Amino acid sequence: MDQAPEESGVAPLRGTLCLTGHHLLLSPGLQMTSELWLRLLRSVAEAVRLGGDSGIITQRCKDLRVLQLEILDAEESLDIARSIEMAQLLSPGAVLPGIGITSFPFFYPFKGLRLRDAWHFHPPERYYKRTAREVGAVLGEANEDFSLSADDDALALSARFRRGGRFPVLSYHHALSGTVLLRSSQPLTGPQKRRRAEELLRAGLAGARPGARGFIVDTRSAQAAKQARVTDAGTEAKAAYRGWKRRHRPLERGRPPQESFMCLVEACGDLEQSIDHWLSRLEGCHWLPHVKEALSTTCLAAQGMEREGACILVHGAEGTDSTLLVTSLAQLILDPLSRTMAGIQELVERDWIQVSGHLAPALRPPSRNPASLCPWLCPLPRPVTPSSCTMPTWPSHLFLDCVWQLGRQFPLSLEFGEGLLLALFEHAYPSPFGTFLCNRRDGLCEVRTRTHFLWSGLNQPKEQRRLWSPIYTPSPLAIWPSVEPWSLRLWQGLFLRWICPPEPSGAAWEKGWQIVTDKEKTELLQPSFSLWAPTLNAGSLDSG
Amino acid sequence: MEHIRTPKVENVRLVDRISSRKATLGTLYLTATHVIFVENAPDTRKETWILHSQISTIEKQATAASGCPLLIRCKNFQLLQLIIPQERDCHDVYLSLIRLARPVKYEELYCFSFNPQLDKEEREQGWMLINLREEHKRMGLPNPHWQLSDVNRDYRVCDSYPTELYVPKSATAHIIVGSSKFRSRRRFPALSYYHRDNHASICRSSQPLSGFSARCLEDEQMLQAIRKANPGSDFIYVVDTRPKLNAMANRAAGKGYENEDNYSNIKFQFIGIENIHVMRNSLQKMLEVCELKSPSMSDFLWGLENSGWLRHIKAIMDAGIFIAKAVSEEGVSVLVHCSDGWDRTAQVCSVASLLLDPHYRTLRGFMVLIEKDWISFGHKFNHRYGNLDGDPKEISPVIDQFIECVWQLMEQFPCAFEFNERFLIHIQHHIYSCQFGNFLCNSQKERQELKIQERTYSLWAHLWKNRADYMNPLFRADHSQTRGALRLPTTPCNFMYKFWSGMYNRFEKGLQPRQSVTDYLMAVKEETQQLEEEREALEERLEKIQKVQLHHTKVKSKHSEPSKHSGFSTSDNSTANTPQDYSGNMKSFPSRSPSQGDEDSALILTQDNLKSSDPDLSASSDQESGVEDLSCRSPSGGERAPSEDSGKDRDSDEAVFLTA
Repeated sequence: MDQAPEESGVAPLRGTLCLTGHHLLLSPGLQMTSELWLRLLRSVAEAVRLGGDSGIITQRCKDLRVLQLEILDAEESLDIARSIEMAQLLSPGAVLPGIGITSFPFFYPFKGLRLRDAWHFHPPERYYKRTAREVGAVLGEANEDFSLSADDDALALSARFRRGGRFPVLSYHHALSGTVLLRSSQPLTGPQKRRRAEELLRAGLAGARPGARGFIVDTRSAQAAKQARVTDAGTEAKAAYRGWKRRHRPLERGRPPQESFMCLVEACGDLEQSIDHWLSRLEGCHWLPHVKEALSTTCLAAQGMEREGACILVHGAEGTDSTLLVTSLAQLILDPLSRTMAGIQELVERDWIQVSGHLAPALRPPSRNPASLCPWLCPLPRPVTPSSCTMPTWPSHLFLDCVWQLGRQFPLSLEFGEGLLLALFEHAYPSPFGTFLCNRRDGLCEVRTRTHFLWSGLNQPKEQRRLWSPIYTPSPLAIWPSVEPWSLRLWQGLFLRWICPPEPSGAAWEKGWQIVTDKEKTELLQPSFSLWAPTLNAGSLDSG
Repeated sequence: MEHIRTPKVENVRLVDRISSRKATLGTLYLTATHVIFVENAPDTRKETWILHSQISTIEKQATAASGCPLLIRCKNFQLLQLIIPQERDCHDVYLSLIRLARPVKYEELYCFSFNPQLDKEEREQGWMLINLREEHKRMGLPNPHWQLSDVNRDYRVCDSYPTELYVPKSATAHIIVGSSKFRSRRRFPALSYYHRDNHASICRSSQPLSGFSARCLEDEQMLQAIRKANPGSDFIYVVDTRPKLNAMANRAAGKGYENEDNYSNIKFQFIGIENIHVMRNSLQKMLEVCELKSPSMSDFLWGLENSGWLRHIKAIMDAGIFIAKAVSEEGVSVLVHCSDGWDRTAQVCSVASLLLDPHYRTLRGFMVLIEKDWISFGHKFNHRYGNLDGDPKEISPVIDQFIECVWQLMEQFPCAFEFNERFLIHIQHHIYSCQFGNFLCNSQKERQELKIQERTYSLWAHLWKNRADYMNPLFRADHSQTRGALRLPTTPCNFMYKFWSGMYNRFEKGLQPRQSVTDYLMAVKEETQQLEEEREALEERLEKIQKVQLHHTKVKSKHSEPSKHSGFSTSDNSTANTPQDYSGNMKSFPSRSPSQGDEDSALILTQDNLKSSDPDLSASSDQESGVEDLSCRSPSGGERAPSEDSGKDRDSDEAVFLTA
């Protein structure tokens, strides 16, 4: 615990700085306004201390904010910088062996929420059950090949054939066209590998619906896919997958998007540059091209399903990052349910939080489960080899940005507003909620019982106006965005949130709500027409 | 018309710009006023109407096997690519359009044949709608410091100025005339905007004829008089909106800028806005970017940056912000000029007025602003927008830039403007269309000589009549952010300047957001109002019917409420997510996840809840009614064509077409 007088550089404010186990607190003292800063220590990404007589600490926070603390005493500033660093080291992992639980979510007393309230708010099993019902109806006419491939052995074979055991699983079933969206990892194509089992599976899939074609969307370039052969992986051989066509849509994965993101954040923080400089920096960051590519690949996949009635399998190398991006965005475009508030939460839960680590078919639930009727329905993905666990970067900033672009082009089609996207962005890092604490589902048991769940926090009545869109109009149609450069924009609400004042857009949001609630109030005031119609008619006859 | 060589060409193909493989077959008609393309598809027969005055360039491209391509670029940024089967037809159309697009006499312009079927009185009323005398009264003029001067009666002093001008009371006719002789084209300093709160003002003029050393006592007295008219301040700013280099170059030609040593108590300031030629080229470059076929993000951003367009917009905004701050925060009067004081000066003065005074952010106020700073002060509409055939070097998108500045502000302050984006786009369209007389000619004097008000109609009346289309539902006149001067962030924020796709790509509907928040909210508002009126009528009637007891109605209306909740389904105010709140709350979410619905309905088995929480029922009914409602209620929806240039005046256009 440390205390020091303090002064901030951006909007100079003098006050007392307090460091607690989880927070950085700035109290401006009695003489000032009651403004108070409270920052979770885990939110500080980087704290740099500059030399000089009075120490200046620059903090880059994970929510893109930059804080400058000027501490009069150099000694003390050193201490504080060290303390912040220590706190950073301590907190990222939730449950540290030997140290115990240090993480804030375990201590967060959320007002109005009881523990264990809604940890099962969006269990993916429910979705799979629902889908299984739909698919079951379609599969009623399926041929015999299909039942063969539903065999657990075939599935196991297929899993062995895929990198990391990520065999094709169902991501989305488009009921209208009867097509499915699958995702997997790349196939292993070493010369000695046997592909028969999987080829059978594929044949079964394509035959599931008479006349259905299949497309494999590979999120690597053709060249990268070829290079993967060196490590006994690569692409599906044409001859082996009859009825399936392969398309390469290179999406960058891993570091490049992350670097673009950081580059853009930095560019947005630089207030000195001229406007020309700004555009070339925006270009140089290469962030918007990532958005454009992700959206156009998604549209390609979605179009294949809806317009051409084809089944789509998406995979890259590992079947995580960009594969998840494409499959989850495709659902937003095609599925009206996933555009609702509950739908997006379910989607995020299913596609981003639950999917992680490596999947093994051996650990599937008992075959009584309706989901196990279909080989690609894997309701309980479980990690087997935690050591090599590669977590998809959730929340993929790219995913959130793409959703925002969709919302900008179809403002009436999303039930949630920008507020939800920003909340997801914020809570993925330093959150009082336990949702994003663990990488894998297995580690969750303690998290579940002792922390609050993000969704329950977000679904509280007081959050509604911020997160829900007042102008949502449900529509069963797919929303096809334009991916031309002039239709895509920089997400000001995220990248410029600490630079451009958010008040004007907040005022507009409020006004939108007001207009809509005004109408509802008027409706409530309406005397009942139907019940009193006879009387009124009589009245009008009398008078008229 | 003698210029039409061939009035009709069949089997012409109109190429879709985005997906060039798609083309629609149709017939091309040339009339005295329009180019019309009618699709052959029997069920739609979609029509594309283009006014001749909108045509900017016509390009005949190399003949291909499929026919002879003709590219028509319009001033409202529409791009039409036609493929005409016969080379000879193509050539005829080309020659006809070349002539039709460049009229030589004012009488050839559309506004002289356009007839919206209004009688004489309505026409006169239309012209009276925007009245600058009223505007001056609103500003608080005349007052002890400012008076109306008749020095320019019959345009005796300056022929590009209006006759009625406000000048400082202490400026005598002698001073004004003396000062006018020392200013380019005799455009002496005159009042543009008076800030009532602190007596500071914005005045405008042209550059002084100072050369390297010339002085003029009267001009110095004139500036002195402006300073004295603002008792709260002991100096004035003189803002030269040109880059310093340009102003220096003018000195060699005997023009230039004020020397701080000669004028007492002025602070001189350059704000580098480039001249009309730079702006014209910049727009040209930006439009080239817009024409790129499926460019990458980098192509687009590089192209945009190289065009420099946004940099120029920012320069204009910066000048406006500087002046607005000087007036509202420092309380100092400002004199603005550029070279002739009719392009950059008009831009900057109007941006500053817009920032300072919320009145100009209303629908009517914005019309007044254009009337005040552009039309009356002699902005050369004819030359800048090429209404008549003239020097192409005079053409420049000066007012387009101002309109874009307004849009950029609207993006930043969505609640501050009473009008919406469509209003700006339609004004831009009509500046070029010559359908109304407002923007004809180069000065008030020319308009008077042509008797514009007696022979044509006013755009303002037309816009005012259709004002429901132009309202911004998010406008909050009473909000702290929008009252008084707009407060812009203190840090120079480059990020806020965006590419205006809604203007420059507006004919590529596929690129625009497919749903309009404005239209939706306006429709909701309208519906609320209707309901309100209905309710009032019903209540009146209920009162009349004595038999009905009041408490009965109340109980009953509560019961019928969930079933009435259809049409615009919008999420409720009351969250009913947790079952325990639920029983107290009759309303439920119209759009909830089905899974959640199951759970809830299992808990509470009231009739109402079952009905509304059933996902299939509520979803399907909402979808249909919601979508339908929107299309028939939205102001621009329905049968009216989405592009305003053709649909609205179809009837009158057709009349012209028949007589031709």
